[in-house]
Amino acid sequence: MTEPAKLPKFDQKAPVDFVVIGAGGAGGVVAKELSAAGFQVVVLEQGPYIRPEEFVHDELRFRNAYISPQIGREVLTNDHSLQPNTFRHNENEKAVPQAAVVYGKCMGGGTVHFTGNYWRFHEIDFIERSRWGPISGTGFADWPITYADLEPYYTKAEWELGISGLAGASPFDPPRSKPYPVPPVRVKSSGVLLERGARKLGLHPFPAPLAVLSKPYNGRNACQHCGFCEWFGCEWGAKSSSLASVIPMAEATGRCEIRPHSYVRRISTDKRGRVDGVIYFDSLRREQFQKTKAVVLCANGAETPRLLLMSESNLFPHGLANSSGVVGKYFMMDLAAVTQGTFEHPLNDYKSVEVTRIVHDFYDSDPKRGFFGGGGIDARFDYYPISFALAALPPGTPTWGKDFKRAIERNFNRTMMVLCHTTALPIETNSITLDPKVKDAWGEPAIRLTYQYHPDDAKNLNWFKDRALELLDAAGATQKWALPIDSPTIGVHLLGTCRMGNDPKTSVVDKFHRAHDVPNLFIVDGSSFVTSGRNQPTCTIQALAYRAADHIARAAKAGEIPNAT
Amino acid sequence: MTTSPGSRRQFLKGTTSGLTTAWFALHWPAVLEAHEHARVAAADSQGNFEFFSSAQAGEIEAMAAQIIPTDNSPGAHEAGVIYFIDRALMTFDRDRQPVYRDGFALLKSHATEMFPGSTAFSQLNADQQTQLLTAIERTEFFETVRVHTIIGFLANPVHGGNRNEIGWKLIGFESRPSFKPPFGYYDAEEQS
Repeated sequence: MTEPAKLPKFDQKAPVDFVVIGAGGAGGVVAKELSAAGFQVVVLEQGPYIRPEEFVHDELRFRNAYISPQIGREVLTNDHSLQPNTFRHNENEKAVPQAAVVYGKCMGGGTVHFTGNYWRFHEIDFIERSRWGPISGTGFADWPITYADLEPYYTKAEWELGISGLAGASPFDPPRSKPYPVPPVRVKSSGVLLERGARKLGLHPFPAPLAVLSKPYNGRNACQHCGFCEWFGCEWGAKSSSLASVIPMAEATGRCEIRPHSYVRRISTDKRGRVDGVIYFDSLRREQFQKTKAVVLCANGAETPRLLLMSESNLFPHGLANSSGVVGKYFMMDLAAVTQGTFEHPLNDYKSVEVTRIVHDFYDSDPKRGFFGGGGIDARFDYYPISFALAALPPGTPTWGKDFKRAIERNFNRTMMVLCHTTALPIETNSITLDPKVKDAWGEPAIRLTYQYHPDDAKNLNWFKDRALELLDAAGATQKWALPIDSPTIGVHLLGTCRMGNDPKTSVVDKFHRAHDVPNLFIVDGSSFVTSGRNQPTCTIQALAYRAADHIARAAKAGEIPNAT
Repeated sequence: MTTSPGSRRQFLKGTTSGLTTAWFALHWPAVLEAHEHARVAAADSQGNFEFFSSAQAGEIEAMAAQIIPTDNSPGAHEAGVIYFIDRALMTFDRDRQPVYRDGFALLKSHATEMFPGSTAFSQLNADQQTQLLTAIERTEFFETVRVHTIIGFLANPVHGGNRNEIGWKLIGFESRPSFKPPFGYYDAEEQS
């Protein structure tokens, strides 16, 4: 482990160079890049600083947030009992209190507990509107950047964070300037079965690029195949989270001060409309004010627009950086078709990483299908003993008694999932707004999510569900089933709410993530997405963060970030 | 009999039987506290309950033994699920105490009604117990006991249940800090 450098303690009244809000996939990268470039950085993270040695194999402590949405307090993710959400399908419905957004809330954010699927976007992801034309009822648009603009930063992310994979293994992969730094993690039985099924169907399965080290790298351990991966933190430091990779590098510069338990409630601006500081609650709920020359907002696709809306003022009556009215709009979330199958022999898929093989043959949309949509497919086992017994048995299985007992005995080792991650179209009315009534434990307005998927999203999900069932069949499943497809009411990948664009009237940030309206405010996280990709966004979020940080550092050195005076 | 929802999203909404599995409304400090509590109580884990009276514990234990029965392999009884539930109700799941308090009355009234002359659920024979539980399986009480039983059977033993890893052994789950490949039958096949 890196020996902690002398950690700075910055004066709140003297402006630091940057305040970074949020220490997740994006914030960790930005904090590291800016501090390494010589700037003073204060990172405000609302969650705790949990150290790797505190991660233990205890499902009851680190519960599977997927199966516990009515959650009280979570360890690694947001706590809906303190920070409630409300949900409605459309603007005519009354929003009801329920868990609607789930995100990582600790140092490292969602990268601490994520699966680690680390898919680059393909070239098509940036230009789909040009390729397919407009889609009714959507804000379908091209990105203002291309794959080529981002490629060097994908490479940088893979090499600095430590990504395992096999370059050239997929015929669908976009061009890359460098191979992966470490080889793929060893295949599991679910990967073998997906591969067999896919080959039988004439498809091209390949080793999953994964944010988990297959070999020691940069002084970090290789994966020990313990199995407590998704929804858990890695006590070995083998998962390439921000916590295990860039945050220690940021601290090692001696110029980055991390303040956990710091919950930002307002970005403050001066009378010329420039950011001059950040108001936040500390761990004792005392209000603090940190002066700064600039802010990089990396709070995720739900909290970022919420904070901007909460930062309204006379100069910014509709929320900070929201002259376009687009802040919070075009929310996209993780759409997934989930299928499961059982096999004759034990897979023991609870061991090791989540995913070892994927299929990208259906990544691109195809007009022959009659709708817009694409996706990627992986094989995995999302369960731990308790969540398996409560939620993963085949439909029709008794939920108690001797047949239930036989079913958990028989199936736990013999079950796998084929999961399809699909496109979600950007729709203006799908949004994050401030709930007019419900408040959080600090008295601040709750997140209100309005969401209904597009008819093409539904058709696409159903189409993928059928492909996944075919794959299970071809792999030799003894039993297979799909979970019903419906418009989701809870999301874990939070995208699109401060979309990037060249036109200040229709977008929130420019192509370098600077807010169109505020020259010393940058916004870098899932909110920047213009389209959803194939809903495995972390790789692209972090590549964008490297690119943004590079630009921000250059602009600051060139004196091109005007600040409050 | 209630069957599996077959839907992760349905489960997300807590609709296994139309009821919220509000067991999940626990929290971190409370679980830590429960953990500590379990450790302290470990030395004194035979027959001393904090929430239940011994008669109440007998009733819940009889229910748990129907939910995960003992047959050719150990079940909820051998796994000490009742101790897990007792501790849960005194620590991170205090909010569920009323469900149990009301539940004892429900159990009694159903027993009296369905099997006149009976004195307690635990005194019924196995068939009668199954009949009664089937009659109440859509109640919040049954659902709570069911979820608690499953958790107590499969949670890390530090929480007081899953004694000797009985639950884990049944399903074939090994708890280890690391594994070496091959992991399963099919990747072993590939390797050979």
